Amino acid sequence: MLIRKGSDVRASEITDEKDYMDRRRFLGRVGGIGLAALAGPTLLGASLAGCDASAARADSMSGAGSEAGDAPPDDKLTPYEDVTTYNNFYEFGTDKSDPAANAKSFRTEPWTLEVAGLVAKPAKYHLEDFIRPYALEERIYRHRCVEGWSMVIPWLGFPMASVIKAAEPLSSAKYIQLTTLLDPKQMPGQRRRILDWPYTEALRLDEAMNPLAIFAVGLYGKMLPNQNGAPLRHVIPWKYGFKGAKSIVKITFTERQPATTWNVAAPNEYGFYANVNPEVDHPRWSQAKERRIGEFRRRPTLMFNGYGDQVASLYSGMDLRKNY
Amino acid sequence: MSEAAVRTQRGADAARTPDASTQRHRARTVRPPRWLKPLLFALCLVPAAWVIWALYSDFARVTSYLGANPITEAEHFTGKWTLRFLIVTLATTPLRRLTGWNWLARYRRMFGLFAFFYAALHLSMYVGVDMGFDFGDIGHDIVKHPYITIGMTAFLLLIPLAVTSTNAMVRRLGGARWRSLHRLVYVVAVLGVIHFWWAVKKDITEPLIYALVFGALFGARIIWLAGARRTGRTSS
Repeated sequence: MLIRKGSDVRASEITDEKDYMDRRRFLGRVGGIGLAALAGPTLLGASLAGCDASAARADSMSGAGSEAGDAPPDDKLTPYEDVTTYNNFYEFGTDKSDPAANAKSFRTEPWTLEVAGLVAKPAKYHLEDFIRPYALEERIYRHRCVEGWSMVIPWLGFPMASVIKAAEPLSSAKYIQLTTLLDPKQMPGQRRRILDWPYTEALRLDEAMNPLAIFAVGLYGKMLPNQNGAPLRHVIPWKYGFKGAKSIVKITFTERQPATTWNVAAPNEYGFYANVNPEVDHPRWSQAKERRIGEFRRRPTLMFNGYGDQVASLYSGMDLRKNY
Repeated sequence: MSEAAVRTQRGADAARTPDASTQRHRARTVRPPRWLKPLLFALCLVPAAWVIWALYSDFARVTSYLGANPITEAEHFTGKWTLRFLIVTLATTPLRRLTGWNWLARYRRMFGLFAFFYAALHLSMYVGVDMGFDFGDIGHDIVKHPYITIGMTAFLLLIPLAVTSTNAMVRRLGGARWRSLHRLVYVVAVLGVIHFWWAVKKDITEPLIYALVFGALFGARIIWLAGARRTGRTSS
């Protein structure tokens, strides 16, 4: 696993992704204020500035991933261009290139986020208020799509656990549901009933509390591009990509397991858990291997996408074939 | 279509009415220019040449002609061109009947062989480029994953059609047997669309369009066949 704060990142490790390196050097010179300025007079400016501040708190992360701090040499960052042009975001169309093309004018400001359900502190937030309390951290995660391809993405975000704690869930709360914006005017994909809109995803509360689970507001040190789920998405690196909801407008705490969009669409193909598992095939294709974007040969897929040390205990005693 | 088969077909058509006969006769005298066939041949090769070059370029020169996932894209590309050439092949006869452009029949065999060529290219992309000749994985795919099973079956069924496409084979089989063998192309088209349909994750718009086009081409034949039955002929 790769949880690294800005200060841990050695330039030599960061591939040839030039933009990113330039940004890093820039950041090194002028500090967080520079990044905030680059981000423009936007709602995230202040929070992005926190990114560097968080570097100082590297040790405050729970021990989960720190020991794995060295990036395996074969987990090179996927180029920014690929991360932002090859997307599954059906709200903007079903082709991989559709989101980048159709999300250009998507408006993420103002953005309201609702925390609801079984919590002591239900509330509606302006996004900037929602994000403000949290220091942004960089998390370099493998991203494995259920379709058999994968990427390595440097996200910018904060742990879901922090948000959950702040909301003070009631003891009856067992699940957390994430809901994507429903707005067919802005999201042309929602004009066709490809999926049951709005998109919803959900996790068991203990899964969401795992330190690896984050809300992301940026990638490659920049604000999250619209096609990647701006302004807020969640990222669960040990699960298939579709478990991450994009453009989230509502976080609901529930007692019962909520319905999740792909599970409703094809229950025999997409389970609630959707943990990356090379031994359990999708009914229509194998999950044993994956193609890392940019690579020629397929590579073996790792159990829990390589994050087993941190998350396997969440599923001890469970039949992962049944709970796919 | 073979010349022999064309002749049989024309004989059957000509027998219908004297009117139609003269019309066909006139149409038959239309000869396309000699350069048309080589031109069509070259055009049919363009998609293959492009995708091979783009795939090479994307990896060797880090271009992005095929997007972020070039191998998958090249597989989809060659698969769709296989279906397109099956459509062109199966559209030749209905178009000929509608327009009276009998000279179209000269190109049907070439189109059919290009369908086979693109199917072979599609399969090569899968076996060689995507799976890296890992026959363990490929075997697993064929056995476990129905869309691969179906696609592989469709390809195998195309082989006898390609092999018997020569004039000599038509003569050896005889027109009637040749034609009944080549009706396998309808089975291949159906399997090809199912293969596409099952490979798609959720949005079935595109395979549906292919299904409708094939449906129309099949429908035209059913209508003509029914018409032929009514007038007491059994030829298809």
